[in-house]
Amino acid sequence: MLAKRIIPCLDVTLNEKGAMVVKGVEFVNLREAGDPVELAKRYDEEGADELVFLDITASPEGRRMMIDVIERTAEQVFIPFTVGGGIRSIDDINAILSAGADKVTINTSAVKNPELVREASEIFGSQCIVIAIDCRRNFDLSKGENVVTLEDGRKAWYEVVIYGGRKPTGIDAISWAKKVEELGAGEILLTSMNRDGTKLGYDIPITRAISEAVNIPVIASGGAGKPEHFYEGFVEGKADACLAASIFHYREISIAEVKEYLAERGIPVRW
Amino acid sequence: MNYGVGNLKSISKAVDYVGGHAKVTDDPKEIAEAEGIILPGVGAFKSAMENLKPYKDLIINANVPVLGICLGMQLFATESEEGGLHRGLNLIPGRVVRFPDWVGKIPHMGWNQIRIVKDHDVLDGIEEGSFVYFVHSYHFVTEDKFVLTKTEYGIEFVSAVFKDNFIGFQFHPEKSGKVGLRIVENFVKMCKR
Repeated sequence: MLAKRIIPCLDVTLNEKGAMVVKGVEFVNLREAGDPVELAKRYDEEGADELVFLDITASPEGRRMMIDVIERTAEQVFIPFTVGGGIRSIDDINAILSAGADKVTINTSAVKNPELVREASEIFGSQCIVIAIDCRRNFDLSKGENVVTLEDGRKAWYEVVIYGGRKPTGIDAISWAKKVEELGAGEILLTSMNRDGTKLGYDIPITRAISEAVNIPVIASGGAGKPEHFYEGFVEGKADACLAASIFHYREISIAEVKEYLAERGIPVRW
Repeated sequence: MNYGVGNLKSISKAVDYVGGHAKVTDDPKEIAEAEGIILPGVGAFKSAMENLKPYKDLIINANVPVLGICLGMQLFATESEEGGLHRGLNLIPGRVVRFPDWVGKIPHMGWNQIRIVKDHDVLDGIEEGSFVYFVHSYHFVTEDKFVLTKTEYGIEFVSAVFKDNFIGFQFHPEKSGKVGLRIVENFVKMCKR
């Protein structure tokens, strides 16, 4: 049986010590969590099903240094390895895949230039093109295409945001998800800004709505704080994979504990 | 073998990691002298067969272990339905077909289990039901006598094949954690024999 995937995410930046994994709340207040190569190796050993590495510096000079970090990380892991952050062109994708990544995630550039998604999936294959969608609830219902009912009965639509959540786009997240599938995306990495870093659990209404709207795998992201949240992400959110960052970095919970919790409740996980 | 498709780095890294020595090459002379040949493969069947043309005889006549991964395995078949009907290397009689739409999301992507149908040196130490990593939309249909493992995804499909010195995996051992590394190690040992 196909296993549900647990994916640790490394948000990596550069500082005076070199490359460093960091994690903030709702994309701000970054806190250091350790060396990316060491963390990646640890997660592979602890049973992570896949690794996501996000370059959050994404400046041109940072990118060149980051390629070296990606290369060293790839040498340590023998599970699927996805890299994203600041990807703008086919050349950027080529450089990252050549450094040893298996997939790339594209976010802002996909919104600004949807043709990049089509071109990239034609050249490299859909299986390695993951589209990251960051979104935020918008209660001005006159502007959204797909209105979703929230847990508390309120209604909202989800707006795609770019530049690390700083810029709203006016684009409806559900419509955008269908569009990237059409363009050839192989997977969707969905982050709700309303939950990212909060440890309140994944944003179930949008995760479920997008999982039901597309026929490609959806990775839920943002808000995991305890094993129950992963269970909700898979069962209520219908996600194919659940991603988390800080709770794994700071050893608040281990990947094994999450998998044990899920297995006891009948969710197929890989051992 | 570098024949212009796929991620060569992951598999060569895995071979080195388990104590082998991987050489990524497109030089027919080097391939002919190798102790084992690996055909990786990501991409489309038709263009892969075209790229493979100059090496066809080299592979068919190889007397060292030959490992095909994913599309590399599918190339061993008689023919494939991917993008029209195309002839393969015909090393293992069979046809490559697409998953029916009703099985679920296609490609079949992620970690799934193998049921071991036949004992083989390349599966030494691999437990029944082990999880391995798959990414594919097409699968290999062949006679039972060529089947090493099967996997369930809506239907039961063939996830590993063999015939003589040819071994093929639909999954990616280089991306399958400890289980995958053990398989790569087993293959490297077969090459040294």
